Amino acid sequence: MSEIPAELRYASSHEWAKNDDGTVTVGITEHAQDAMGDLVYVELPEVGQVVAAGDEAGVVESVKAASDIYAPVSGEIVEINEALEDEPELVNNAPYEGGWLFKIAMSEETDLDNLLTADQYQAQIESE
Amino acid sequence: MSETKLIFQLSQPGRSAVSQAPKAVAEDKLGAIPAHLRRQQKPALPEVSEMQVVRHYTNLSSKNFAIDKQFYPLGSCTMKYNPRGANRAAMLPGFLNRHPLAPETHSQGFLSCMFELQNFLKEVTGMKGVSLAPMAGAQGEFAGVAMIRAYHDARGDEERTEILIPEAAHGTNPATAVMCGYKVREVPVGKDGDVDLEALKAACGPQTAGLMMTNPSTCGVFERQIEAIAKTVHEAGGLLYYDGANLNAILGKVRPGDMGFDVIHMNLHKTFATPHGGGGPGAGPVGVSERLLPYLPTPMAGQRDDGSYHWIDTDTLETSIGHLSAFMGNAGVLLRAYYYARSLGRDGMIRVGEFSTLAANYLLKRLEAIGCTAAYPDRRASHEFILTFAKEAKELGVTAMDIAKRLLDYNQHAPTTYFPLLVPECFLIEPTETESKEALDEFVDAMAAILEEARTEPDMVKEAPFTQPVRRLDDVKAARELDLTWTE
Amino acid sequence: MPYIPHTPDDVRAMLDAIGADSIEDLFDEIPAHLKAAGKLDALPEGLSEMEVTRLMGERAAMDAGAVSFIGAGAYQHHIPAAVWEIATRGEFYTAYTPYQAEASQGTLQVIYEFQTLMTRLTGMEVSNASVYDGASGLAEAVLMSLRANRKSKSRKVLVPTALNPRYTAATQAIVENQDVALQTVGFDAASGQTPLDALKDFEGEDFAALVISQPNFFGSLEEVDALTDWAHANNMLVIGVVNPTSLALLAPPGEWGTEGADIVVGEGQPLGVPLSSGGPYYGFMCCKQKYVRQMPGRIIGRTVDMEGKQGFALTLQAREQHIRRSKATSNICTNQGLAMTASTIYCSLLGPDGLTNVAAHCHTNTQALAEKLTAIEGVERAFSAPTFHEVVLTLPKPATEVLAALAEKDVLGGVSLAKDYDMPNAILINATEVHSESDLDLFAVALKEVLAA
Repeated sequence: MSEIPAELRYASSHEWAKNDDGTVTVGITEHAQDAMGDLVYVELPEVGQVVAAGDEAGVVESVKAASDIYAPVSGEIVEINEALEDEPELVNNAPYEGGWLFKIAMSEETDLDNLLTADQYQAQIESE
Repeated sequence: MSETKLIFQLSQPGRSAVSQAPKAVAEDKLGAIPAHLRRQQKPALPEVSEMQVVRHYTNLSSKNFAIDKQFYPLGSCTMKYNPRGANRAAMLPGFLNRHPLAPETHSQGFLSCMFELQNFLKEVTGMKGVSLAPMAGAQGEFAGVAMIRAYHDARGDEERTEILIPEAAHGTNPATAVMCGYKVREVPVGKDGDVDLEALKAACGPQTAGLMMTNPSTCGVFERQIEAIAKTVHEAGGLLYYDGANLNAILGKVRPGDMGFDVIHMNLHKTFATPHGGGGPGAGPVGVSERLLPYLPTPMAGQRDDGSYHWIDTDTLETSIGHLSAFMGNAGVLLRAYYYARSLGRDGMIRVGEFSTLAANYLLKRLEAIGCTAAYPDRRASHEFILTFAKEAKELGVTAMDIAKRLLDYNQHAPTTYFPLLVPECFLIEPTETESKEALDEFVDAMAAILEEARTEPDMVKEAPFTQPVRRLDDVKAARELDLTWTE
Repeated sequence: MPYIPHTPDDVRAMLDAIGADSIEDLFDEIPAHLKAAGKLDALPEGLSEMEVTRLMGERAAMDAGAVSFIGAGAYQHHIPAAVWEIATRGEFYTAYTPYQAEASQGTLQVIYEFQTLMTRLTGMEVSNASVYDGASGLAEAVLMSLRANRKSKSRKVLVPTALNPRYTAATQAIVENQDVALQTVGFDAASGQTPLDALKDFEGEDFAALVISQPNFFGSLEEVDALTDWAHANNMLVIGVVNPTSLALLAPPGEWGTEGADIVVGEGQPLGVPLSSGGPYYGFMCCKQKYVRQMPGRIIGRTVDMEGKQGFALTLQAREQHIRRSKATSNICTNQGLAMTASTIYCSLLGPDGLTNVAAHCHTNTQALAEKLTAIEGVERAFSAPTFHEVVLTLPKPATEVLAALAEKDVLGGVSLAKDYDMPNAILINATEVHSESDLDLFAVALKEVLAA
């Protein structure tokens, strides 16, 4: 059973979002990294890029798969996790900590309400 | 088998295969080239003797599986025997030394072969015109979809933005549609391997440019509703594209043109027995129905009233989608296919579909009898079929990949694995018409032995292969720590 | 039955195992009225190996016998005997794409060696395992530059008119459906080069890349350093299109200008691949390391197996169609494996000195040919720029007439520039190391006769 922290919100496309005073940190869930297998590359957006919720904002690659990352909320990219350039395995090892992907200065607070709670996300992956 | 050094590791300064190159030219004769455009140091190519080169690459060749050595039942790849006579014929000096821009007066031999090959392919597929220009299956797909687009554009029908593709399709289909500027909409496939016709009807509309499909499909079964599918797509104003990946199954039995397809590509490296060459070159000619004739890619071979042959190019076929290569596609591959077509003739071509289908159905029944699970047990196999090892993966922890790797230890090349994506833990197996019954039986024996091993020593199977030049490779390291060129 | 091994007994036993009465029963899922029975009557009867061989021998002989000075993108070179004897060994010839790496180490190591050779020739950091040919390779490079150039939002690329027009045409046909525009840049009528002045018009405009052909279609050498630096100063990538033989003598594109070219493509045929009516050839494709994920086509990496032993495997596959489907870098699946294998053997046999000697002979023979031909009244070099192994000559008569008359004498005297450049009296000629002094004289004598007639 993979870890799904209760305090985070989730997109059905397996991103997690953590809000700190309007700055939302985004990553992929433990379930998602497990399904992908060992990541070999992470493509991140550029700082300053403006995204709408649901926009493609990056790609994670393993040897045999590639998966788009969608912005869970709208806003401007204010920081990316540059450590992933050399160590994509951080996403595998610590998906909710050192393996975060990027941070968005959220423009629409209400976007968060459209995301799943931990329980809802749990229910989704059980039904997959 | 030992590690083979790289050719660069055999290099010694000052050594060379002297007789392979012309003599040196005095530096002062190169004075016309300005110094600032000159290379400062000679390129660091290996400095080795002629025999070192011959031995090195001969040794490397021995590390390959090949049709000439092993049963090679890769699904959708049609690894049939590649006649040696075809190679000799294509390598005749008159063909080999002909420059692609030689005048027609000095090209009648080559042009005559191409003209006849176009006609053979038209006949055997039931299409109205054929161009041999595309250099591979993927380029044939590109040409096909580009023609669909040219057709709609010419009619001012520019609202058509979508190509429909069954979800079991090969990845090239969606990639091709995007290269032609289309969006892709996937259509679900039912439990019996046929397209979900109701879903297709719902997906069709004024935005539909066309549908790309293979038949027999990538599920290894003949799409029984093909006529209803053609009608649905045509009524929506879309065109029907036939991916010829599985043409071998029906060669001489059913023709794509008669099934209602508007455009097809053929993989001559599959159906017409030209070699795969370790991943190419292939050839992907396209055939079209009447309405797409104006858009065929160039060049093509034509014949004048006096019987002489000429090129058809964009100066006379202005509506063509144009050239896809600098010259005439993979001409040498086309000559090999021409040899094969002449060698088989009418009766031989009809037998291709018959005997490839016989071999696949036989192999399927024998494998089912030893406990393998067919993905579509109620269906006839086409020239290929799917097994699923989902049960073995779940109960024994032995995956399709493990079984594939273990087959190598039994001197059998693995079938296609994990394709199509919609069948879990699958093998797509295509034996072809050129394998003897004994060869098929040996494969069954190997599979029986491996299934037994999977039950008794699953950990061993998971570590296979043991007999190859290398054990399983670290793909993650290969991708994370890119090492794409040798440095001393 | 050609190539089908089954005896009547085999067939019976196989049908019994299936539980079918006849082979025809196996097609019972196909609607009967769709079946092709009787529709293939126009196909000829099958022939034995002896018969097809004779037939094709006669056809091949029809095309043989002339002395050719045609280049224009495909070049005759001596190919050492070992090259194709090894490349057509069944183990290379009849293997498939190396998806089962453990059973394909031969092909995989050859590709890794090929990648290394191409980077050394071009001075670039990485290479793929090849694409179809030089022209389609340029189309892939153009599409790649749009993905790689993050400073540009443009879907336009600058392409010199002095680029091989067949490359421009094929690139156009391949990229146009993705709303990519090729903006042409003219050449200097006196020098035959692409002048920096012609680019000034585009300064400050947004283009993803500038294509530089070295040598260009006329055989002329471009001022690659200045062109490269101009492109980089204007936020464009540089796509070099090069002849691999010439790279033994000419500056590798990795060293052009201050930063070097970003993507390099070209026709691999000159490296040990026969003319063969235009194919199979292969396009080589190299780039800077930082763009490798935008490069299409197969790429091989060196890694280790579970025992730590060196091995080779396909890598960066997540770029490719079988994984990325509609978001792949290209729809390309194959490389031109066999032709690329031949080139790897060819380069190893020639080595640095051998390839340099080949290139030098090409250059000096072409110079000598041009001298002999321009000694004829009314025949002149069209352009003043230095050349590698091709030269444009202007004739006192229309080129198409002259070439036809030469062909009657079994001299294939180059290609006419009438159609592509509106230069009705101009021909593009080439000589390589295969041409002897007497071949050059043969051309000169024939041309003199034709012009005098």
